[in-house]
Amino acid sequence: MKETSPLNLYKQLPQTNCKKCGEETCMAYAAGLIARTRKVEECTPLIEEKKYAKKLETLKTIVAPELKMIYIGVGDKQVKVGGEDVMYRHQMTFFNKPPFAYDVADNMEEAKLIERVKQITTWRKFYIGKWQYVEMIAVRSVTDDPAKFAACVKTVLANGNGFPLILCSFNPAVLKAGLEVAAKEKPLIYAATKDNWKEVAQLAFDYKVPVTLSVPFDLDGLKSMAVTFAGMGLTDLVLDPGTAPNGKMLQQTLINFINLRRAAVEEAQRDIAYPVMVLPINAWLTSDDPVRASYWESVLTAAFVIRGGAIMIKHSLAPSSMMADMHLRFNIYTDPRTPVQVKPGIYKVGSPGPESPVFLTTNFALTYYTVESDIASNNIDAYIIAINTDGIGVQASVAGGQLSPTKIQDSFNEAGFDWAGQKYPAMVLPGMAAKFSGELEDLFAGKAKIMVGPEDSGRIIGWMKDFWPPK
Amino acid sequence: MAEKISLSDLNKTLTEMNVQSLEGLKIEGDVEIDLEMGAGGVGPLFAYYFGQEAAKIAMQLINFAKAVGYPVETLMQPVAVASAIAPAPKDLAAAAAAVPAFKVASALASAKFSVGTDKTWKHPIQEVTLGATKADGGSRGHVVKLGGEKAMPFFPDAIMPHAPKITMDVFDMPIGMAKAVKMHYEDVINAPGEWAKKAVKQFGADMVTVHLISTDPLLKDTPAQEAVKTVEEVLQAVDVPICIGGSGNPEKDPIVLSKAAEVSQGERVLIASANLNMDWEKIGKACVDNGHVCLAWTQLEINSQKELNRKLMKVAGVPRESIVMDPTTAALAYGLDFAYSNMERIRLGALKGDDELTFPMSSGTTNAWGVRESWMVRSPNKDDSDWGDRMLRGPIWEILTGYSLAMAGVDIFMMMHPQAVAYLHEITQSLMGRIEAKATDANAWLKMGV
Repeated sequence: MKETSPLNLYKQLPQTNCKKCGEETCMAYAAGLIARTRKVEECTPLIEEKKYAKKLETLKTIVAPELKMIYIGVGDKQVKVGGEDVMYRHQMTFFNKPPFAYDVADNMEEAKLIERVKQITTWRKFYIGKWQYVEMIAVRSVTDDPAKFAACVKTVLANGNGFPLILCSFNPAVLKAGLEVAAKEKPLIYAATKDNWKEVAQLAFDYKVPVTLSVPFDLDGLKSMAVTFAGMGLTDLVLDPGTAPNGKMLQQTLINFINLRRAAVEEAQRDIAYPVMVLPINAWLTSDDPVRASYWESVLTAAFVIRGGAIMIKHSLAPSSMMADMHLRFNIYTDPRTPVQVKPGIYKVGSPGPESPVFLTTNFALTYYTVESDIASNNIDAYIIAINTDGIGVQASVAGGQLSPTKIQDSFNEAGFDWAGQKYPAMVLPGMAAKFSGELEDLFAGKAKIMVGPEDSGRIIGWMKDFWPPK
Repeated sequence: MAEKISLSDLNKTLTEMNVQSLEGLKIEGDVEIDLEMGAGGVGPLFAYYFGQEAAKIAMQLINFAKAVGYPVETLMQPVAVASAIAPAPKDLAAAAAAVPAFKVASALASAKFSVGTDKTWKHPIQEVTLGATKADGGSRGHVVKLGGEKAMPFFPDAIMPHAPKITMDVFDMPIGMAKAVKMHYEDVINAPGEWAKKAVKQFGADMVTVHLISTDPLLKDTPAQEAVKTVEEVLQAVDVPICIGGSGNPEKDPIVLSKAAEVSQGERVLIASANLNMDWEKIGKACVDNGHVCLAWTQLEINSQKELNRKLMKVAGVPRESIVMDPTTAALAYGLDFAYSNMERIRLGALKGDDELTFPMSSGTTNAWGVRESWMVRSPNKDDSDWGDRMLRGPIWEILTGYSLAMAGVDIFMMMHPQAVAYLHEITQSLMGRIEAKATDANAWLKMGV
């Protein structure tokens, strides 16, 4: 959406201020549409009343994302790919994190195949209050044998826990065999090339699935293919402009991605504005050393998470890479418009009472939730005081002065914390704020004991065993 | 002449005979038939099939009516009804031909891709030189140049004049380090000069940063006069340009850094750092008086950065070519999103002409080692998937923290792990097109082993 003025969207609304969408006014709803926090479908009169049909059509055209959004898979594991509106995340936000599709191959022994599928679909990590996962499985045909590929896809579906698939082969007969098994799960097929595009187009039509167009390192060729497919009525497209893992072609790869994103969101070139696929898996073609290949795969992933990759085929299941890549993607796709601070004050974790400790941290949401999860997941009953550091973490706010002994004193006063009601009146400082303990002892003399906790809240459980209750 | 009967009458009659309804079909008026349709519309083929269906229903009704003794034949002519509803085969063929069936294109269209550059980028980043050789009154073997960019990093709009540089950390007293880092420095941990040599000769550092952390009143409270001996030691040990850091104590740093600036006069050192919460003017002036570059450190806030830069220039008199910014590095998983976007906004603002922001940027990438995922043996959360070997996790954490900020515009990285340094060098050089590699087959991944 290029439109930035709610007024221009307001013109396409009923303008009745009926409040059915939950907003007080149509103008407020229009502002929500601009920010993409509201959807067109939420204006029920516009959808239901025939007299608004023309406005509805116009509005839908205006608010459509600059980069087309496509759906892969079905049900609650379905992924949205593309749908972006900006070049840099601070301009609004990036919306649909690129799904990570980890590969399996049709020449794998069944037990190993099932094991790998299980590893992919069960991987998870807790971060800022939520479980994070990876999303997809890419099934590669190494054998080029339709029957073997179909059998492999079948096994993956049976064990894949609803993860959407990418069926990968340049052989239309192989793709067809896979689609026979999996079409109703709406997989993405990879890929139509300059050699097989006619057959693959027919498959995409027959089975009603999104299709990848692969024309490595030739954007004219890629655009020609996209225009041709769109001309046939096939617009659920993913583009593979080629991912070179090293050398000068890697530089060219990044430039291609930058140019494709620019064409889509800055120049509104709709005929090339499709989600772009990245192949970090290619890192494995550069080294036989799995540590090196895995690190390099993470580096490639990072480059294209930041600059325009919409979907990725990956290989390394090494925890170091999966964790690093997931966090980077999470950080880049975090909506910068949402507040990242918690309200300063006293929080209860579990059912704290007079014998519970008071842990001190800052009101930076990430810090607070990390401390809270470390306390809660170990079944500790405790208070947490979140000090207002303007949303800055412990280490930085100690260095920058946003966290100080007097600030801590003021915060306890404001919260009206009842030290007298505590059996062990004591506050536990983060280890990184240990240097405040002397000054705090003076400030809280006769009121509360100052204890120094671990440098990382992950060690609170061990700290409790050693130091709580205080002697 | 026989009396005519309409379909609705027939329907009514059938209803009286306990035929409750005709599923999916509502008969209105005499011949009008309404169907509940989706949004797809009705094509001629569908109309044909529908006509067939209607005819069949009509025939069934007629048969049914006949069976219950209704004198259908005398009232209607079933054959005529059927043929009136179903089109002739000739029409059918025409209808089928009119359907826009999927047709594969006969050839690929021929399209050209082109896209412009960002026309709003009109102002280059200030070029800053670190280090001074004999010719310029110093003793460094070479200088390091930062800045000069006219576009976002690695964008096709303009060539980056200088590759991002790495300065490796050296401390003036032993400090706590993650195991994966410590193993590389155990032999030099009490000898800053040797430490610096190792960083340069063995690990390929472009520069070294001497952190005078022992001056912290809460640590050793080393007096400035004594602490700066470490600076002299490092300047003797290596001939790369250096950076000098304090302890971060806002009262002590201005004293320590001013003294350090004096003893390294003429070496064009990067003094780290001036901050709005301390006597930045004293530090700024020490840089001016001794020919150094001032690192302007703010915390994730673009307006504070502008304020500090402005004050350093206008009040302390630091020239434009002697300012580098540290807008704060929040590491991967610990707020990288803020650091990333703050830096990206600063760099975009600078390119668009905000002359309070047109300076090279520095990142304290070593902060990555403060993130639990980089150093903890295992997850504190029992339900996490296995975290694997921490010796592998730590370096990648430092690599990705640095690399993503390289994409946002950082020119110089303060780092610790030798492998992280090597990877960051390799990827940034690759994206500048400076590394040759044998081309890989773009499609080989499809067939590779797992």
